[in-house]
Amino acid sequence: MSLALPRVVMTGIGLTSPNGNDLATFRKNLLAGVSGVRPWETRFLGNVIAGVCDFDELRYQKKKELRRGTRAGSVAIYCAQEAVKSSGIDWASVNKEKVGVYVGITEHGNVETENEIASLRGYNDDTRYWSHHHNPRTVANNPAGEVTLNMGITGPHYCIGAACAAGNLGVVQGMQMLQLGIVDIALAGGVSESVRTFGIFASFKAQGALAVHEDPTKASRPFDKARNGIVVSEGGCLYQLERLDDAIKRGAHIICEIAGYAMNSDAVDFVLPDTGGQIRCMKSAIAHAGLKAGDIDLISTHATATPQGDIQECAAIRQVFAGNAKVRINNTKSFIGHAMGAAGALELAGNLPSFVDGLVHPTINVDELDPECAFEGLVVGKPVKVPRIDTILNNSFGMLGINSTLIVKRYVSSSEKS
Amino acid sequence: MSESEKVKSLILEIIGDIAPDEDLSAVDPAVRLRDQLDLDSMDFLDIVMELRKRHQIEVPEADYMRLATLDGCVEYLGPKLQARLSA
Repeated sequence: MSLALPRVVMTGIGLTSPNGNDLATFRKNLLAGVSGVRPWETRFLGNVIAGVCDFDELRYQKKKELRRGTRAGSVAIYCAQEAVKSSGIDWASVNKEKVGVYVGITEHGNVETENEIASLRGYNDDTRYWSHHHNPRTVANNPAGEVTLNMGITGPHYCIGAACAAGNLGVVQGMQMLQLGIVDIALAGGVSESVRTFGIFASFKAQGALAVHEDPTKASRPFDKARNGIVVSEGGCLYQLERLDDAIKRGAHIICEIAGYAMNSDAVDFVLPDTGGQIRCMKSAIAHAGLKAGDIDLISTHATATPQGDIQECAAIRQVFAGNAKVRINNTKSFIGHAMGAAGALELAGNLPSFVDGLVHPTINVDELDPECAFEGLVVGKPVKVPRIDTILNNSFGMLGINSTLIVKRYVSSSEKS
Repeated sequence: MSESEKVKSLILEIIGDIAPDEDLSAVDPAVRLRDQLDLDSMDFLDIVMELRKRHQIEVPEADYMRLATLDGCVEYLGPKLQARLSA
């Protein structure tokens, strides 16, 4: 089925990452090889390694809002406000009924539930001391809903639960709602606050998939032979999306156009990725974008630094992009760890300046490249300058076999074309 | 400090933690707290919870309205605090 749907563009970006609280800082650190991973203490497990954000929570929230809300809500509010600000739109005159908030999440509510149970222990497990804030804090729409409360948005809001593919799916949802005319502005992407639960660390540890390294900044090492697992991180990235015609009408700065996407399921395993599903996903996205594999200039990989997962994604990329000698490949998790629900949106954001500066940021911490992850186009250690980046393919995969691929392309105005 | 001042101080301390953005220096004890401070029903439940946690005082739902003003708090909570201290 082919529908003539409106084109959708990105006009604003708000983000917080363990190595930067705005796109300029994030990009600068990605080009300079600066990691955001550090020691972190968590309940029961003690010292772990994590990527932790240090954005100014009080820039857009009152102290009371912080006390009442959730960390995921704060991350989402910061990102949404920054996205709108960076878009240059006259927010006061925007019809808030036609703004939608679509936030990808890996999970939500674990932080608040763990905290509440820990607090209850201090009262001999007497449930009279269980907080009335627990339900509004843990409902699955919480981070998106907090954005609407903070910004006076009266259009739709909800979260998209999609494991570590969620950041891409948030963007896809926003695009679809714009194309259907449900909203005129979408604030879309993903967030994660999961470093504040012990459960995610303990579970990855039990699975043998939690990274360890004496130097935290070197713990996240996708494609390196000595990689030993995931660094859990928090972060967020929300884009302001608009229909192209609307963006042109208001004279917006257009960052890029969303060219296409795909989402599918492996139907193979609860936690292990599957090369076949990833191949199908990338191929579908490329077809959806009306492109060929040879048209892709840059692949932002999902690779999380698990021994098997990286190999499987590389095998998938090798198969889909055989014959594309120009494609460059990089990985953002080597800098910031795995930002879970934010990963897809955040990792794409760090690559978007490539449309302008022609630089591809590297993958760091590859001291000895795993031969099974070797590509000619893999950018390792230092950024490379390329003649031109016109298309970026962004992979994000997650547990329960969910795959997502998002493709963005350089926006070329009709006057530039002629 | 008189007993009533102690109760007022105890309540204001709780409100200060629940609504940290509020200026509590000029709260009129005779006026409804919600009419002079940015407090809503969830905040009110926080006050009840904190009374339970910090002072082991139970406020049944039927009595919530008696905490509407600082003066009301003194009248209602004063004897309960006294009873707890002398227990």
